[in-house]
Parts: sequence; structure tokens; C-alpha cells
Amino acid sequence: MSGIRATHELHARRFSRNLGVAVALAVFVAIVFALTVVKMKRGDPLQGFDHVVRPGMEDSGS
Amino acid sequence: MPDLAISAAQEHEPTFGDYVALLKPRVMSLVVFTALVGLLVAPASLHAIEAVAAMLFIALGAGAAGALNMWYDADIDSIMRRTMKRPVPSGRVAPDEALAIGIGLSGLAVVMLGLATNVLAASLLAVTISFYVVIYTMWLKRRTPQNIVIGGAAGAFPPMIGWAAATGSVSMEACLMFALIFMWTPPHFWALALFMRSDYENAGVPMLTVTHGRPAARRHILAYTLLLVPVSLWLALGPVGGPVSLAAAVVLNLMFVRGAVQICMRPEAVAQGDGYAAEKAFFRASLFYLFLHFGAFLADAVVRQAS
Repeated sequence: MSGIRATHELHARRFSRNLGVAVALAVFVAIVFALTVVKMKRGDPLQGFDHVVRPGMEDSGS
Repeated sequence: MPDLAISAAQEHEPTFGDYVALLKPRVMSLVVFTALVGLLVAPASLHAIEAVAAMLFIALGAGAAGALNMWYDADIDSIMRRTMKRPVPSGRVAPDEALAIGIGLSGLAVVMLGLATNVLAASLLAVTISFYVVIYTMWLKRRTPQNIVIGGAAGAFPPMIGWAAATGSVSMEACLMFALIFMWTPPHFWALALFMRSDYENAGVPMLTVTHGRPAARRHILAYTLLLVPVSLWLALGPVGGPVSLAAAVVLNLMFVRGAVQICMRPEAVAQGDGYAAEKAFFRASLFYLFLHFGAFLADAVVRQAS
């Protein structure tokens, strides 16, 4: 049971593209995570206004 | 049969590098640098993570606008020597794919910039993308010789976005940084149009060199270069500037005006004779002009922080 092997130049190209997309997605996830940590540590409001006015959030100055 | 299937699939099998090229990385580098300077010289600071995220999403937005430009302009890009090797005109990326990537990344960049920083910065990024794609690419580029004058606004927004990301507002300094790039864009592109000769004409793009002639373009380069001087000095003498910016503004403007005068005085036959050496040198100098100018603002900001 060997792994998937590239049998054509096309497969190598697809692999490099998939790898690039995977790295880009991993970077995106890392940035969203890091941003979340920064904003939570600072105590930013994590929930914005929806269709209902919330007096408590107005006081927070957001 | 499998080989035939592979051959057919290869026609639209872009590499990751093709996708990167679709986002015009060279244009992106200028956008990122000017936006970064706008963010760092602003009188407010972001957390490092927020600043990195802001830069990334501004760059992504600029890249998305580039992809949409490439999708729409594929027909004329395939005619011009300078652009015919781009991913869409060369057939490496399918037009529909470029459109989907452009729209998807635009939305992602705007929403994420809004979440990372503030709504004003995100709105300015959305305006920038729309301006570049709709106003410049779809409307002005093929209709008027003022295309790059008005369209230049799209390239002028990044420092203002960086400033807005840091401060949540737009001030006179941000507007002056916008004005600096806005006034710089026409001489930069008209110098390119002078030495790219028939490229724009063949593609039917009404550049000033085509509609009003090359001598008129030379005069316009000088006029806009002269208009650039007060903007540059105003910035250097204002809160964003300092001794480094002032020295850079004086030296760079002297060099730039000298180059513009030289271009203005040159007869076309002489320029053709030396392979447009002065025009090419002016074009290269224009890139240094902008990088060094914004680099000087950054240096002054560092000096201010240190003192």
C-alpha cells in the first residue's frame, strides 16, 4: 500500500497549488485566532448590535 | 484516452504562482508599503497583530482589485507586449476563475479589515476596489486620456486606509498623502506610455500619448511634476514630516523636476535615437521617488518615537 504518487507533471502542479492554498488557509486561520486573542485580552465587545438596541452596549462606547 | 484527458485538463491547470501573479504582486508591494507608512505615522497605534492583519487584508484587497482588472482587461492585455504574459491573457488562468477569485477576495478583505480594525478603514478599502475596477478599469480606461489621472485615485487611497485603520478617522495629513500619490501617478504612467510606444495605440487605449500626441504628454509630465512639489513640501513641513522628510523632499523634487524638464525639452527623434533612455530613467526614478518619500516619513516617525 504505497501513498499517492505523481504520475504526470500535471499532478505535481496540482500538488504545489494545493499546498499553496493549504498554507494560505493556515495563515488565515492563524491570523483570525491571533486577532481574537488580542481583542479578547483587551476586553473589546465581542458582540455587535443586531436588530435589537442594547443599552448595555451603548455604554461600552462601541 | 487518459492522456487526452490530461492534455485537456492542462489548459486550465494553473499553478499557485499563477494565482499569485493574478494579484499583481509588484503593484501590491507599493500598496502595502504606502499603507504601512500611513498606519505607522498616524498619531495612534494598533496592536502589532492588528497592524499585521490590517496590512495583509489591505494587500489582499489590492490583489483582488488587480485580479478583477485582469479579468476585465484580458482582451487588451493580450495585445500589449507589457501585459500579454499575465495569467489571464496567456490562458494560464480562466477568466471566470479570475472573476471569482477577485470578487471572493474583495469581500473577504473588506470584511476582515473591518473586523480587524474599524468600519471606516473597511469602507475606504471597498471604495478603493470599486474605484479601481468600476471607475478606472470599466469606465475611464478605454474612454478618456484622463484615465490614469482620475484612476490614479485608486492607488492613492492605501496610506489613507492605513491612517484610518490606526486612528478611525481621516485627517489633513492622510489627505495630503493621498494627494502625493495622486499627483505622482500621471507622470509615472505617461513616462511609461512614452517608451512603450505603440502598445497602448494598438490596444485602443486612449492614453494621452495617443490622443494628444507625445509632445503634449511630455508637457503634461512636467506640469504634474511641478504640481507635486508643493504637496511634497507641505507634507514634509507638516506633522507627518520632519528633517528627514524635508531633506528627502528637497532632493527628490529637484531630481524629479530636472528629469521632467529634460523629458519636456526632448524632441521625439532624439528620444527614439537613444531608445528612450531619459524616459526610462524618469520612470525608474518615479518609483524611487515614492518609495523614498514614504520611507522618509517613516524615518521621521521613528525619530519622533525615539525622542
